[in-house]
Amino acid sequence: MAEVNSPSLTERKPLSQIFKDLITPIKTVSFSSKVWDRFLILIIIWGTFAYIHQLQSGLGITAMRDYSTWGVYISNFVFLVAVSLVGFLLTAILKLTGIKWATPISRIAELVAVAAVMFAGLSIIVDMGRPDRIHHIPLHGRFSSPIVWDITVVNIYLIMSVIMLYLPMIPDLAILRDRYTDAPSWKKKLYTLLALDWKGTDEQYKLLNRANRIMMILIMPVALGIHTVTSWLFAVNSRTGWDSTIFGPYFVSGAFVAGTAAVIIAMYVYQRAYKLDAYITGKHWDMMGKLLVLVSLVYLYFNINEFLVPGYKMKKLDAEHIRALFVGHEAPLFWSVQILGMIIPIILLIFKPFRKPLPMMIIALFVLVGGWLKRFLIVVPTQFHPTFPIQNVPENFMVYHPTLAEISITLALIAGVLLIMTWFVRLFPIIPIWEIAHEEGYHQVEEEAKKPESAE
Amino acid sequence: MLEFTKSETTEKKDRRDFLKMLGLTIGAAGAVTTFTSTTLGATNLNSSKSTLSLIGPDGDLVEVDPAKLQMAEEIVSDSELLREYQRRGREGIPGKKWVMVIDLAKCQNARKCMEACQGAHELRPEQHHINVLRMQDTPDTAPYFMPKPCFHCDNPPCVKVCPVDATFKRQDGIVLIDNLRCIGCRFCVAGCPYSARIFQWSEPDMTEEEKLRTYDVELNVPQRKGTISKCLFSADRLRIGKLPYCVSACPNGVYWFGDKNEDAVTNGTTGETVRFSDLVRDNAGYTMHEEFGTKPQVFYLPAKDRRVPYDEANRMTTQN
Repeated sequence: MAEVNSPSLTERKPLSQIFKDLITPIKTVSFSSKVWDRFLILIIIWGTFAYIHQLQSGLGITAMRDYSTWGVYISNFVFLVAVSLVGFLLTAILKLTGIKWATPISRIAELVAVAAVMFAGLSIIVDMGRPDRIHHIPLHGRFSSPIVWDITVVNIYLIMSVIMLYLPMIPDLAILRDRYTDAPSWKKKLYTLLALDWKGTDEQYKLLNRANRIMMILIMPVALGIHTVTSWLFAVNSRTGWDSTIFGPYFVSGAFVAGTAAVIIAMYVYQRAYKLDAYITGKHWDMMGKLLVLVSLVYLYFNINEFLVPGYKMKKLDAEHIRALFVGHEAPLFWSVQILGMIIPIILLIFKPFRKPLPMMIIALFVLVGGWLKRFLIVVPTQFHPTFPIQNVPENFMVYHPTLAEISITLALIAGVLLIMTWFVRLFPIIPIWEIAHEEGYHQVEEEAKKPESAE
Repeated sequence: MLEFTKSETTEKKDRRDFLKMLGLTIGAAGAVTTFTSTTLGATNLNSSKSTLSLIGPDGDLVEVDPAKLQMAEEIVSDSELLREYQRRGREGIPGKKWVMVIDLAKCQNARKCMEACQGAHELRPEQHHINVLRMQDTPDTAPYFMPKPCFHCDNPPCVKVCPVDATFKRQDGIVLIDNLRCIGCRFCVAGCPYSARIFQWSEPDMTEEEKLRTYDVELNVPQRKGTISKCLFSADRLRIGKLPYCVSACPNGVYWFGDKNEDAVTNGTTGETVRFSDLVRDNAGYTMHEEFGTKPQVFYLPAKDRRVPYDEANRMTTQN
């Protein structure tokens, strides 16, 4: 930790270099970035068409039926809520406990949180049979329903996450306002407006730090709340596979795994695309790798509890469910997820050579995809083991294979998250300029930003 | 004492045709009389042959002149009728506590109950408010057929999880679903441990005329795309003093239905009325999976001395 707090003066980067490195991504949009966002937009348009088709024909165009009544849309919701929890882990837990290494990636984490939770809300709307009646929830809402709790807490989390993304960005916005002189006028107006007349006085920093700290504390119960309540959407039902008392912590621990993996992938992409090697360094990769091992071990512990205990008892319906997962229809997927998405990543990341950008990014991809499939395995198979046998219904009621429409809409939701993360970087610095400058020992950053750029 | 009419009499059929001509269902009769008396002043009661016997809002019999009824129909707008259906649908029938007893020993998988139900509620063949299952509890015990309606639980998990009060428990014990309120989240489907609920995944199979009917929450017709449907204990039939569709359709005497407050249940096939408490006690009646704490209001009598031999049960299932 010590070397971060007292950088050696010989190695420290010139302030103008920091400005240049971190503002450049905003100034120039690369060709590949343009191709990337057109690609995302195409997926979103395609998904929107699929959704319009779904609105017209009903949810019958999905593979969901009376027994498998929740499918990939609900899996998407749980997955996106899970991913969004990393904002809370990296910006609140680590910062409040005085761990400073995460500073350069805290904004990435918070951005992942905001983007994911926004589209989590959309996933729920996509799953509704009557989205035209969404106003019935505030109009006729009954507080006994966990859905009402979930909507409440997800919205609060979204608002708080946006605030937590915005607050530490205010000094950067002021720097952009003063430094990014050749910006288009709408951008200038935006920065001026959002910078709230920030001057960087001690008084202002005092207020900002206090506000940040309050938010970090307040977000804790809300963040734990969103994923715990999301787990209750399942756990409150008397159904084998969902009827579990550890679903809250099981979901929260799984969320930290998925979210950490998502941030690792985002770190890799941003570092490569915007040449941020000087800011996202080997140390960050090392620490994030260790963090992923830690949260995965906790998740492994909950997995063992969740499956071993009912597997030992083998109550009638539990036994059916566990057999389907362990040796039956769901077994190939289940073991792939557990081994490739959890156990092998833990083992590999214990060794230092794997805590390097490329191997870690690949491992994180496995963890993240495994994370989505794990949600699918939590949501879907349980529904095929109801109390009474499934009879007198067509064959397609007894299986669930997502249709093209469901996959298209799912991809569009993921593309939406990625598009927000792509566009954000074109407007705002993804690495906190002022925090880096302060760590490097510079003060009066705002004053320096006003000085004209020296000829290069 | 509760009196159920076993089958429709000729006059009642006429009445039904007459109301159909007006574009109303029998269930609407109560509402029509209400509006007749409020919008046209006191109802003319006369003893001429052409009067109609209709059940009033308080369950009393009212004689109505069809001519007045015709006028009332013109005045009563769809929205007024709908409001009345919704009001009484949510309120329930005061003083009643409906209960069903299913005698598993008698069920021969005739499936008349399923047919009658699907016909009444505009359901497709794969949609079941009531589903006759072939059960075999252990490999050593004999298989039996089990009709499974909604259990109208006194502690209904579906009602607890509904975010918009679209599904609700009435004072007479019936759990209904309001498909004008339902947002289609399907949490109730996940919540019901008995798989009693179905969802309208696509546009329901109905004629244009059927779609235009005023929505009656006690019948859940017209069905609507993107909403839930479920067994309603035929609340529309109970309102006019009749047994549920499935109960009256059964040829094998499987169903007993009645009012727990009166402690009386009537057999849908034989018309025999007995004490509910005696029936359940003397025949070792029980409820399904009461370990969920749901307090089901559908009771089962064990499948002893079944009329269907073991082989027969096997054969009948393999056909399905």
